[in-house]
Parts: sequence; structure tokens; C-alpha cells
Amino acid sequence: MLREKRAADIAQVLAKYPPERKRSAVMPLLYIAQEEYGYCSDEAIREVAEIIGCDPTEVKSIVGFYTMFYEQPVGRYVIDVCDDLPCALRGADKFVTYCEKRLGIRAGQTTPDGKFTLNTVMCIAACDRAPVAQVNREYRYELTEESFDRMLDELSQS
Amino acid sequence: MSGFYGTKNKTMERHVLLRDVDVPNIREYDVYVANDGYAAWKKALTTMKPDEVINVVKDSGLRGRGGAGFPAGVKWSFIPKDIFPKYVVVNGDESEAGTFKDHQIIDGNPHQLIEGVALCAYAVQANTSYIYLRGEFYEPAKTLQRAIDEAYAHGMLGKNVLGSGFDLDIHIHLGAGAYICGEETALLSSLEGQLGQPRLRPPFPAVQGLYAKPTVINNVETLANVPPIVLHGAQWYRQYGTEKSPGTKIFCVSGRVNKPGNYELPLGKYTIRELIEMAGGTMDGRPVKGVLPAGSSAPILPANLLDTKLDYESVQAAGSILGSASFVILDDTVDIVWAARKMVRFFKHESCGKCTPCREGTYWALKLYDKILSGHGTLADVDMIGEVAGQMAGKCFCLLGEFATSPMQSTLKHFRAEYEAFIANHQGGKMNGYTDELIREGVLAGPEGVITRH
Repeated sequence: MLREKRAADIAQVLAKYPPERKRSAVMPLLYIAQEEYGYCSDEAIREVAEIIGCDPTEVKSIVGFYTMFYEQPVGRYVIDVCDDLPCALRGADKFVTYCEKRLGIRAGQTTPDGKFTLNTVMCIAACDRAPVAQVNREYRYELTEESFDRMLDELSQS
Repeated sequence: MSGFYGTKNKTMERHVLLRDVDVPNIREYDVYVANDGYAAWKKALTTMKPDEVINVVKDSGLRGRGGAGFPAGVKWSFIPKDIFPKYVVVNGDESEAGTFKDHQIIDGNPHQLIEGVALCAYAVQANTSYIYLRGEFYEPAKTLQRAIDEAYAHGMLGKNVLGSGFDLDIHIHLGAGAYICGEETALLSSLEGQLGQPRLRPPFPAVQGLYAKPTVINNVETLANVPPIVLHGAQWYRQYGTEKSPGTKIFCVSGRVNKPGNYELPLGKYTIRELIEMAGGTMDGRPVKGVLPAGSSAPILPANLLDTKLDYESVQAAGSILGSASFVILDDTVDIVWAARKMVRFFKHESCGKCTPCREGTYWALKLYDKILSGHGTLADVDMIGEVAGQMAGKCFCLLGEFATSPMQSTLKHFRAEYEAFIANHQGGKMNGYTDELIREGVLAGPEGVITRH
């Protein structure tokens, strides 16, 4: 239960908004829920809906609208590689193809051991340091095939 | 601290915005204060009336740096005096492909943003501000939160700031991956916990914004300009830039150049050609084919317009928009049809689905580009792209849909011959290196024999 496990975080989030505008907290609460459950499960959605006092269907629509809320379980490490135009002009497509081969999955899939999810994403505001990716929302700049291999080795050991 | 972002391109003796280039660790409170930090805030609270702050920003001629270029001081003056509460909302959604300037401000010089927010809040007498950052700014948000905490700890934020009787709270609100939330009314909807879809205007946010209260919405870079303006005055600010486009602007340069990065320059002083030179010239010295002055949203400018000056009016006169000044450089190795498809794919992905011309138009336009790129296009498809774009233009609910027509219409205008050559050279499914991409995106079946996803 989120309300027990993350009581302090939830209180901190709710305090940011006027008391009668709890609904504003839906996105930060979904991030908390996702941290706890790994994705926005039906249970997570129901709990968030209870906290802000709205229908779970409405919370579900938020989850569906924004790309950073996951509707399905994802790997322990979500690797989001940008393949938008500015990055693609600096080799991002070739790099993504390498990532797919190295992980043995296509973009949008998760490795069978549940460790890595590979996604391609639209521009993430770091085009001068392409190819660029985020791993669980942390930036990884100026990636090469070698640095990607090293990164996977490090993450595999952790 | 992890995740610090920013290229260190020294383009001015003293930068106005990218002060992290001049002053190491200016993101730390003590270092910022030792370099005029919060001096404007103290000056405003102790010696200026709110209207005087609005007036100096008006006189400076500062124009919104998010894209629209609307005069910031004028925007502030629209806020009604007698309705409370009011809000200052900061647009840090920075999602235009090719834009990464706010990223550097937030990571490298966060206190200047906070001070700008504070000055704006005081000017319009708002006691609460929300800084809306795109969800991918999870790390920059931590840096900014740390700076906000420092500002509270030193009494620059909170109750009765510096004994002035003025209260101010600043909160960060993280988005979750939606370009449309950079549109100000969609941003407000998102902040209210609704789908990030734009609202009809009027009412404008200045009258009915966040929670239907008067709200100023400014871009991160816009507000970062405010502390030096208040501290040094409008005339000082106007030493940079032109009469109609005063001040400095951060130019994001990306794509096929040797030194991509952020370059802060006075508006109107240099040309696009000079900007490319500052960015180390093109890779392997290849000729420029075209330039997108404001990422995917801006009509492409072909190489014969590289001597266009870098200010709002000149870029507009050349047939494009300066917008957020995110210059994506395309050299002669770049296939225009492929580049246009990338941009159309972006808009199709980011369309919020609210209005039909944008939702359906981007969907079908991408289908046409897929057909051409996979080697099955005809000349009729090229005409159809122009027709789809023509049906969208002027009919969309917000600017996203209008922007989506830019890559189509402008590449057709300047590079139609490339479309025709592409179709002639790729007949019968010949693909020329795009196979992996098209399989990945589910346009073509992969070796597994299945289309993997859409």
C-alpha cells in the first residue's frame, strides 16, 4: 500500500498544491507508484485515484497519455535512446541497431531475464551530445558501441 | 554532483545567461551570491515597487524566449491587480527537437532562474510559482530543487522574504513525456492533473490560467534574463541585440557540425553562416544543404539563405522562424526525404489527439513518407503530402498541428527535386540503408517475418 509505505513522500507532494486541487498531484503520485510497483498497475492506479479523490479511469487516462508512465511491466533498467532528427544526424539510428543486436531484442521490448527494456524516444534535450540515452531517467551522453557495452556490463553486475 | 550538463563555448566576454561558462560552480548559492547573485532580488524588494519591475522589463524589450517572442513585460502587465491568488508558471518543458538551452541553464546556473522567477512573482504579486520541467529532466530537477532549498535556507524564498512582507513559494512539477505540454495552455492542463491538451483562448492565462486564476507563463530562458535586467537596467540590456530584438539569446546548434552546443550571442549581430563557423563548421567541411532555425517546427532554410541575420525579424523575412533558436544543421549527405519523415514522425507521435486535422493529418502524412522511404512511393504521393499539409494548415487547434506542416511544406518548396529523385532511385522497394529503421518502427516486416510494433 502506497499510503503506508510512502506516506512522507505523498504528503510532501500533496503539500505543493492547494488542498482543493489534489488532482494536480496525479503525475508526481504516479511516479511514486511506478517506483513501488515497477509500472502503473491497476492496483497502483486505484491507490492514486483514492489519494486524489477521483475515478481510477481518469488516472488511467493520464497513464495512457504520457509516455513515461508504463502500462506494462518493464525491465529493471529502462534504456531510452533518442533517435530523433538531431541525434540521428549524428549516428543514432546505427547506434540503436547496435543496441538491439547487443541486447537481442527490438526497441520496445524487454530482455527475457527482465533486466533491460530498450526504447527509442523523441528528442530528450541533449542533442549536442548525441548519441544520447537515459537509463532510468539518468542521462548517458556521447554513447559509443564500446561505452554501451561497458554500461551494460556495469548494470548487469549491479 | 552527477548529470551536470553544458558545453563551455565562450562566445562573449561576459555571458548574460550562460554564466556557468565564465564562473565555475555558479550553480552553488555562495558562488552565485559572490557574483551579483540575488542582488537584483534585494534591489527589487527593498527599493522598487512591483510596477517598476514590470516597467524595467518592458523597457528592456525582452521577448519571450520559448518561441513566440512576445514581449515579457507586456505579458506581465496584463495580469489583473485585484484578483488573488495569482501564479507564475515556468515553462521548462523544452521538448522541441534540437533544443537544449534550458537544460544548461537549469543545470549550470539554476539560481539565476530562481531569481528571475522571484522577480516575476514580485512584479505581478504572485505568491506561488510552479516550475514545470519535462519528465526527462529528472536529474536537472534535482539540481534545481537543491538550489531552491538553498534559496529558502538563506531567506530568499519563503515567508516575508528579506523582511519585505512578500511571501513566495516555488515548486517543481515534473511532466512525463509529452511535447504538447510546452504549449502553455496544455501545460496548465497538465499541471492541473488533466490530459496535456491545449485549451481554447480566450480566456488567456493572464486572466484565467492555472486554477482559473491570473497566471504568467514564461520560458526558463526568458526568466533567466530578468535578474541582470533589473540589476543593471533596461539601457544596459539594450547594448545587446537590435532595436526590435534586444538582448542576448542562446543558440542551440546540433546536427552535422563539429562542435554542437549552446552559443550565447547578441541578437542580430551574426549570421547563420557565422553561427555554423562558431560551431566548428560542418563535419568534413561538407556543404550545408539546409538549416532548421527552430528545430522541427521551423520551415527549412536552404543554403542560399545562410547570410540571414540571427534575430526574430530577419529569420522571419527569410521565410522561417527563430522560435527557440535551435539550429539543426543538415549537410549534403542528408537525405531530405528521410529528414522530413523524421520530423513528421515526431509530430505524429506528439500530437495530443484533440483536434482532427493534426491527429489524422500527421498519421496519414507519416504513412505517405513510410511508403516513399520504403521504396514504394509515386509522384502522386508527393503531391498528396502537400495536400495533407495544406488541409492541416490554418485548421489545427494549436500550433503543434501548424508546426507539423512546416517540414512537409518547406521541404517540398525547396527540395521537391529530391523527392522526385528519391522515388526514381528507390523503385521496387530499394531502400538504401533505411531498412533497420523501418523494421524497428514496424513499417516493414523484420527477418522474423512479423511487424514488431507500431
